[in-house]
Amino acid sequence: MNAINQSILTLILLLPLAGAVLVALVPDRRKLPNWIALITALVTFGLTLHLPAHFVLNQGGFQFEINMPWIENPAIFYHLGVDGLSLWLVVLTGLLAPVGVVASWNAITERRKVFYALFLVQQTAMFGVFLSLDLMLYYGFWELSLVPMAVLIAMYGRKDGPKAALKFFLFTFIPSAPLLVAILWLYARTGSFDFVTLQILIAHGNFPAGPLCWIALAFLFAFAVKVPIFPLHGWLADTFSEAPVALAMVVAGKLGLYSMLRFHIGLFPQQALALAPLLIALAVIGVLYGACLALVQRDFWRLLAFAALSHLSLIVLGIYGFTLTGMSGAVFQILSHGVVDGALFLLLGFLYDRYASSQIGDYGGLAGKLPRAATLFVLASLAMIGLPFLSGFVGEFLIFSSTFIGVSRGWAIAASLGVILGAVYMLSLVQHLFYGPESALAASKPAKDIRFGELAILAPLAVLMLALGVTPSLWLPSIQTGVHPPQAKVSAVLPPSVLLLPSFSIPSPGEGQR
Amino acid sequence: MNGSLHLWLIPLLPFAGFLLNGILGSRLPKWLVTTIALLAPLAAFGVVLSAAQGFFQTGIGSLPYVETCPSPWINAGTLHIDFSLVLDQLSLVMLLVVTGVGLLIHVYSVGYMSDEEGYARYFSFLNLFLFFMTLLVLAGNALLMFVGWEGVGLASYLLIGFYFHKDSAANAGKKAFIVNRIGDLGFLIGMFLLLANFGTLTFSEIGAKLGQDPGWQGGILTVIALCLLLGATGKSAQLPLYIWLPDAMEGPTPVSALIHAATMVTAGVYMIARTHVLFDHSPFALGVVAVIGAATALFAATIGLVQNDIKRVLAYSTISQLGYMFLGCGVAAYSAAIFHLMTHAFFKALLFLAAGAVIHSLGGEQDLRKMGGLWKKMPVTFAMTTVGVLAIAGFFPLAGFFSKDAILYAAFVQGGSGLVLWFVGLLTALLTSFYMFRLWYMAFLGKPRGEVDHPHANPWSMAVPLVILALLSICGGWIGSERFGAFLAPSVGTRSTAGSAQLELILSIAAVVVALLGWFIADLVYRQKPARAAELAEALPGSYSLLAHKYYVDEFYGASVVKPLFAVSHYLLDWVVDKALLGGTAWLLGGTATYAGAILQRWQSGNLRSYAAWLAAGAAALLLFVVVPWATVLAGFGIHLTMAGH
Repeated sequence: MNAINQSILTLILLLPLAGAVLVALVPDRRKLPNWIALITALVTFGLTLHLPAHFVLNQGGFQFEINMPWIENPAIFYHLGVDGLSLWLVVLTGLLAPVGVVASWNAITERRKVFYALFLVQQTAMFGVFLSLDLMLYYGFWELSLVPMAVLIAMYGRKDGPKAALKFFLFTFIPSAPLLVAILWLYARTGSFDFVTLQILIAHGNFPAGPLCWIALAFLFAFAVKVPIFPLHGWLADTFSEAPVALAMVVAGKLGLYSMLRFHIGLFPQQALALAPLLIALAVIGVLYGACLALVQRDFWRLLAFAALSHLSLIVLGIYGFTLTGMSGAVFQILSHGVVDGALFLLLGFLYDRYASSQIGDYGGLAGKLPRAATLFVLASLAMIGLPFLSGFVGEFLIFSSTFIGVSRGWAIAASLGVILGAVYMLSLVQHLFYGPESALAASKPAKDIRFGELAILAPLAVLMLALGVTPSLWLPSIQTGVHPPQAKVSAVLPPSVLLLPSFSIPSPGEGQR
Repeated sequence: MNGSLHLWLIPLLPFAGFLLNGILGSRLPKWLVTTIALLAPLAAFGVVLSAAQGFFQTGIGSLPYVETCPSPWINAGTLHIDFSLVLDQLSLVMLLVVTGVGLLIHVYSVGYMSDEEGYARYFSFLNLFLFFMTLLVLAGNALLMFVGWEGVGLASYLLIGFYFHKDSAANAGKKAFIVNRIGDLGFLIGMFLLLANFGTLTFSEIGAKLGQDPGWQGGILTVIALCLLLGATGKSAQLPLYIWLPDAMEGPTPVSALIHAATMVTAGVYMIARTHVLFDHSPFALGVVAVIGAATALFAATIGLVQNDIKRVLAYSTISQLGYMFLGCGVAAYSAAIFHLMTHAFFKALLFLAAGAVIHSLGGEQDLRKMGGLWKKMPVTFAMTTVGVLAIAGFFPLAGFFSKDAILYAAFVQGGSGLVLWFVGLLTALLTSFYMFRLWYMAFLGKPRGEVDHPHANPWSMAVPLVILALLSICGGWIGSERFGAFLAPSVGTRSTAGSAQLELILSIAAVVVALLGWFIADLVYRQKPARAAELAEALPGSYSLLAHKYYVDEFYGASVVKPLFAVSHYLLDWVVDKALLGGTAWLLGGTATYAGAILQRWQSGNLRSYAAWLAAGAAALLLFVVVPWATVLAGFGIHLTMAGH
């Protein structure tokens, strides 16, 4: 068992890459690339399940760790590890891989080899981001995660792929340059890329405060674009409407949010705290702005993009509230958002495959023809708008309540208006797609409800939405072990953040008083 | 009470029914769907009855009975929420009503929905509703109650939109959900404030903490109570959030009876009774509850005067009666409010189901102007409706008399502003009596108007629930408000009454006289001279059109909230901010990188060699970094210095 624990992370990391090589070698016939990709994705997912099964809850620190020198000069280590923060994100990435393959099954008909090979490379890159504890290694995977994405958007875009790919490239590659510089600066001062070492050195004040501010900002900037945070979301809508479904469902959110928690707050808690008021304000604006724009979109991919902006901003609010409850809620919400968004993308992708339109106005009355698709779509929409006992509620409640109690009542109330708007745009989407009289487009095509293979991947997602909502206690304890350290560190350094916003003049005893 | 009570079965049995019929229903034979659908509420009702029986055997000391799941629901940071179910006098009464009336309406639906296409879907949603409603009632903490609270809203959304091919039904369902969400925001903020100030959401702990500090009045408690009240006005269709309920009549009629009359819409009243300790500590919040209740009661009754759709008359009547219950809560007569909740569930469910029988027989006709003279063709339904009308109008000795009387009496003895509340309540009673008899005359008496299909007899599954509900509407109040109040006292407290039996008698007589007066006026207008109604409308064109357009409230909300929201989102945020400002900035920045774009264009060619070139370039850069790291680091330094402006 020990040997497995030692090598499990390497296996998870390299298996998709091996699959990619295999896909590149076999001929593109009889959906062979599809099957290889599917099997690779499923086996990798199976491997990721080893982690929660053998995760020791009260151990602290990183587990399944592997730390070997890789390059002597500069001192880059092959350092991988998992803690409560990354544990479930790795599993989520593993889960979404087979989902992505199924979503592409009928959507990608040409140059399948290239598609699936790059798709699998992308998987490795994402695992690498979540697992790396050496900053240079992390940076490599971070960059690697952007390349296949841009190429695939350009090659497989729906209408205007290259333009969307260019936008994606400009928005995400450029902020990565300062990130590299910042990482190199840290190395120049310390001779180490190691996350844990750097964390300790920074905490002990071994760096001049002025430059460190800029370094922290460089980290934050790269992550903020990737999440994205308002007003850096310019790439999101075009990417969502052009990218193949399998990639669009992973492009936003978790990589950036995880990196914020691990590397921005993890390395620079004081600098992060200083910027928290700004980030909280931007997050609340993002929640409302995204929701308002989602109200008026006519294309369902763009609607989903602005809905994602709204929901991801809420997670940012949870992260930069610096409360244990809020951060746990934020990580939980990343999981929920991954599952729910994945399901919505799949279902909309099915509609697009069948009807070749993403204009909401073209649809109508599909519930009678596609009852299974309608049921699942309604379920995912309800999870998205945070109906209790479905996955979206728990994270939302934790984030809102901790913001309200521990950060600012005004911001919390403003953000929670997004809950109402969320119901408006999602239920309107449901209505326009599935209810009302049948549209001309819907009547013109034969009804093809969800097939068995598609159901086989959607049903587990549906069950997961329910499970996350009803039994969040399966996930929350391990998540808390991961977000506790940065929170404790911040509280030890500085008093809780006090934010300048209109709030009721009611004495707040704070979270600690029980 | 014995420890072998299984409260968790009460919500979970209907949930099992929902899953079975929801997933497999379309493939099961119809009789099996029916069996599953009926077994769920029957079994739940059985569990409630056995719990009630156990309670009456062992006596009053054994309640409240708490059942907690060993593993918590949410446990994060300082937040700890359990799955805990509580059976006390209040939840017992509510459960009896919900599962009892729920069972009857399930039975009725078997006949009513027998020809519908989505038979299994209908029953799975109905079972889902019972799951969430019983959860709401049994919840031991506010968050679990909120689960049921939002859940019944979901069931309501799904059932209002049951005929989803109709745009009006889909719109109504969406409207109900969204308006309720606005109220739910109040509930949520109330919970945050409870967490901030009490550190818990468990009702019993909140009560205990308030009990330790009896001097704690107003202040934050008022804010909390008002937030919760906002939630209650959404769910119970009170001013200013009542607008969804009339539209909700788009759903099948049994749904209107169960969800939008007898049970779900009373959840707000139940919630106030459940959190009454908070309201008791805030006279101001109580006053607001009373004013909202009285105002809604009168307001909805006036609209009800001129509606021509039989279901909409009943819908406005429901809003008005819920206003009575709020009025009762507002004068701290919680037991009277719950008493009225119970009797109202009986007679309003009866009225809706009878209306459903009428609509069913007339092939879907709902317009009162096209009915008339039905008493000959549908004698049983006519008799049932008569019982319902007499009960809601408050005639002795029917159920409505006792409960309405209890609320009016409680308002009166409060004195001061209570007298105004009492007067508004009495006025509402007059209007109620009038519009209910108007409905009675227009539908059942006089000559048949318009062209209707041949009314046909309704099956036994529809008749039996009607008869049972009629019996309950007659006898449901005989327990008397005092005995009922004494029973509920451990849950909702008792209030000292300053009045006397004599005063109570006088007030009762006043209420019955007013009801008679309403009947008399309706008789004048709709029986003796049917043309009088039109003359009256013509004589007062302004008032009539104001009422017929429901005070233009929907139009007001549309112009003041909905349109501005969409206009700002569309023109200001989407066009100006997102496309022009942010998009323009990105475009300017992007202009400098057209070269990169030109390279990227080549990717579209699918030429694998160009990717390889990119990968090679990347690898070369990395290699350079590995071989001469310091050069790269120095370059990084340079960039840093320029950034920092040194």
